[in-house]
Amino acid sequence: MAPVAPRSGDAIFANIERVNAELFTLTYGAIVRQLLTDLEEVEEVNKQLEQMGYNIGIRLIDEFLAKSNVSRCVDFRETADVIAKVGFKMFLGVTASVSNWDAEGTCCSIILEDNPLVDFVELPDTCQGLYYCNILSGVIRGALEMVSMKTEVTWIRDVLRGDDVFELQVKLLKQVPEEYPYKDDE
Amino acid sequence: MAAAIYSLYIINKSGGLIYYKDYGSAGRMDTNDSLRVASLWHSMHAISQQLSPVSGCLGIELLQADTFDLHCYQSLTGTKFFVVCEPGTQHMESLLKYIYELYTDYVLKNPFYEMEMPIRCELFDINLTQAVQKDRVAFLGR
Repeated sequence: MAPVAPRSGDAIFANIERVNAELFTLTYGAIVRQLLTDLEEVEEVNKQLEQMGYNIGIRLIDEFLAKSNVSRCVDFRETADVIAKVGFKMFLGVTASVSNWDAEGTCCSIILEDNPLVDFVELPDTCQGLYYCNILSGVIRGALEMVSMKTEVTWIRDVLRGDDVFELQVKLLKQVPEEYPYKDDE
Repeated sequence: MAAAIYSLYIINKSGGLIYYKDYGSAGRMDTNDSLRVASLWHSMHAISQQLSPVSGCLGIELLQADTFDLHCYQSLTGTKFFVVCEPGTQHMESLLKYIYELYTDYVLKNPFYEMEMPIRCELFDINLTQAVQKDRVAFLGR
């Protein structure tokens, strides 16, 4: 059987069932507000959002792989491209771009100009340390962990804090391929 | 056409059996045997990657024997889906890919399903049964 070609983010996005964007934005906003009420500390909320994102990411990766038919990425550059062009398009309907590669090719920035999570949102003074979209960093970290990459994902620029775009730094810490308990020298 | 599929197994990335279904008595196994087959296959699959003369091999995709064929699909996350069927059954790869999609929908999106644990999702069972019926299998051969 001929291998199936990977589908573009646009094609997949066009074929998926949609939900009202306002419902999505409102639901996410309600989650963040509730976490702020329950946890009170902005740092705790950041951590909790990241953890929630992680739990989503570990499940989302299989959905992504099943629907997009991407084959194993050759290097981290390809991984970042796939996340920005196919992943973000497929799940959020926005295309991100990749830039700021470091010399070894293990660290890059994913830039989002458009972000449906933050429609209509303004951060008040009491929440200045909050990374409102921190769920996204968890999603990326969780998804990559399930395909054997340990990464660190942090926010460099955040529109809600006054910058012009959202910039996520994704740093590959190490590749951890499946370890089998077979030792060649025994 | 007689039921061409004998049984379906899904194993998690650690080799544990998380789903087993047999279709007809030809492939039927009791629980212990099915667990044994799953771990055996997991290990053989891993060893085959190391033994393969072809570089970049990701493991066994097809095992052909006198009385059955075994088709295996491994996702990039390490979950393996394999089906034991009548020799010469067509379109098993697309069926396995389709089952992977059903898994991502009805299992992974169920918030009460714990990752890597045995699958007990009714919606998954229902949709899987529909997919495996003969006319659906023929339809998937696109």
